[in-house]
Amino acid sequence: MELSGAEIVVQALKDEGVKHVFGYPGGAVLHIYDAIFQQEDVQHILVRHEQGATHAADGYARATGKPGVALVTSGPGATNAVTGIATAFMDSIPMVVITGQVPKPFIGSDAFQEVDTVGITRPCVKHNFLVESLDTLAETIKKAFYIATTGRPGPVVVDIPKDITDPNIKIDYQYPEKISMRSYNPVVKGHLGQIKRAIDLIMKAERPVVYTGGGVVQADAEKELTQLVQMLNLPITNTLMGLGAYPASDKQFLGMLGMHGTYEANMAMHETDVLIAIGARFDDRVTGHIEKFCPNAKIIHIDIDPASISKNVRVDIPIVGNVKLVLKDFLRVLNEKADKSLDISGWWQQIDKWRSIDCLKYDTQSEIIKPQFAVETLHKVTNGDAYITSDVGQHQMFAAQFYPFDKSRRWINSGGLGTMGFGLPAAMGVKMAFPDAEVACVTGEASIQMCIQELATCKQYDLPVKVILLNNGYMGMVRQWQEFFYDGRYSNSYVDALPDFVKLTESFGHVGMKVEKPGDLEGAMKEAFSMKDRVVFMDVIVDPTENVYPMIQAGKGHHEMQLSPDSEMI
Amino acid sequence: MRHIISILMENEAGALSRVAGLFSARAYNIESLTVAPTEDDSLSRMTLVTRGSDEIIEQITKQLNKLIDVVKVLDLSDNGPIIEREYMLIKVKAEGNLREETKRLADIFRANIIDVTDCSYVIEMAGNADKLNAFIDSVGNEHIVEVVRSGALGMARGAKGIL
Repeated sequence: MELSGAEIVVQALKDEGVKHVFGYPGGAVLHIYDAIFQQEDVQHILVRHEQGATHAADGYARATGKPGVALVTSGPGATNAVTGIATAFMDSIPMVVITGQVPKPFIGSDAFQEVDTVGITRPCVKHNFLVESLDTLAETIKKAFYIATTGRPGPVVVDIPKDITDPNIKIDYQYPEKISMRSYNPVVKGHLGQIKRAIDLIMKAERPVVYTGGGVVQADAEKELTQLVQMLNLPITNTLMGLGAYPASDKQFLGMLGMHGTYEANMAMHETDVLIAIGARFDDRVTGHIEKFCPNAKIIHIDIDPASISKNVRVDIPIVGNVKLVLKDFLRVLNEKADKSLDISGWWQQIDKWRSIDCLKYDTQSEIIKPQFAVETLHKVTNGDAYITSDVGQHQMFAAQFYPFDKSRRWINSGGLGTMGFGLPAAMGVKMAFPDAEVACVTGEASIQMCIQELATCKQYDLPVKVILLNNGYMGMVRQWQEFFYDGRYSNSYVDALPDFVKLTESFGHVGMKVEKPGDLEGAMKEAFSMKDRVVFMDVIVDPTENVYPMIQAGKGHHEMQLSPDSEMI
Repeated sequence: MRHIISILMENEAGALSRVAGLFSARAYNIESLTVAPTEDDSLSRMTLVTRGSDEIIEQITKQLNKLIDVVKVLDLSDNGPIIEREYMLIKVKAEGNLREETKRLADIFRANIIDVTDCSYVIEMAGNADKLNAFIDSVGNEHIVEVVRSGALGMARGAKGIL
């Protein structure tokens, strides 16, 4: 089949099974847009800002496990996409971003809308390509998808000069079925000897804890994880990125760990003698002060990325491999054992004691809506079964703490980069993938304004997501830190001159609601979710003074949490 | 500790900047870095000299391996005896009795004078970094016009190749 470069781009996407592309046209990609116009298999969703395109593709990928695809033009199109690319990179999300580039003869001449996209994106992609000839275009796109989705996933940028997509130059097209690269062969199977050593260590443990992260979600290993944890009656905690991979409503779940993790999860980390880290990378928000991290533990670490192992914390038994396959091997070896019992009843008693402190309690009698109450109400109204996206800040932590996720891929947030503006476009991506599912974006009045223009995209493509704005008038997390560490000097964290969100939403053609009383919240939320085919934006006025607890402050260990405004460090 | 790391990479545009970018982004130290094609013109070979604790060097080799274009990384300093060589061109003043003196010094160091004017020499020499440093010190800064060094090259001794 003879195709032009522009047609090859579109056909290659079809051959990859891509149904949706999030993008924004511009000079350098006009040939590609013309090819998109002339077919119907790949749907293009026109966002209102390129950051939205990358976040939407990212949300799509997080919810489905398939690579998200974004298409943007050269220069500002590419630079606007960078925040979304970096967001996906930090959380290891498979994504292919196609960027237009000025025609090859113009590269390096400071041409109109020229930037060095490959140079700018190099530190925040898994890999990137500048396509240098039409002959290599199809193969490069194949490589991009292969690299993005295998090993530790991540975003790949394919930068295509405009002359390569010239509609008048056609070549024979064949999409490669397989690709092999001598320089890229990710390890998938874990080392069986190491797995056996790990099991021996676990079977001798007195105070074991399982700590899992986004790697379990990425590998779709929630079933294997749950089996392993339940077979041995192990306590388990998840990172922010790992929530949902183990059912939060199960009694063995200790809640999230880390800076705003639960008392029981963090104390268990401090006291454990065998830590089983799975698909997690010992991020600073998780470990607290590294010198005080798990002082008594032997550490087992399962991860697909060898570079994650012993990067921040020295581990005793590293196992490199795909988490799903490694856990399958764990289960197989365990099943061959006659005695699988692990006597840790004393450890569970200790954990239950920590649990009884009820570290997430808050004032339920408040006359003002507490943000925790708003999230709990959302959980109730959606039967705990919605896809929840979030932005970044206090509302994100409240959502993570108070919306117990029982399923994997339901909690979609920017964990590593912490990107404000992520939530709404990510929700669009999720809704595109699952039109019948409930999708809600829990956000703050500061974050939502960073990508609020995407309300127009929701209208154009009929993406009835629900926006739950926990409006406290402040950049809540910034305010919290200023209260704690800067003697209450609230420098530039008060978001003065807020728009009327109800009117603003209505002007986009959606339904706006404002709720100010706790008693009104559940009814209003039910009404919002009953409007299946409408975007409803709920402006929920919450207590501006509320803080996120527990909190591990900088320099402190897991056992040094602050549990409430009045409490000393424990 | 000082490590000499050999890297075989796909000979693609931007390969060097991926390595250089990795080192600056992760705040690793580069003492020297050389790059050129090999007998297989689809591959480039880099020799990189860096310093760091065992943990840092382990991260460096892992992060290098993670680069998609990297075919092979070998920490030479960790793999038995090696040959290390660096090439240097050094332009020195050569007037009056300095002329004879510098020539004698070059002979002692088994260096070659490859360009001569009535007031200068260009001297070439190869060796490990210590030898080149010793030569520079012996000439003395006040007599040096300019210096250019290739950065270290390294190869394992013995019959075995890198791949």
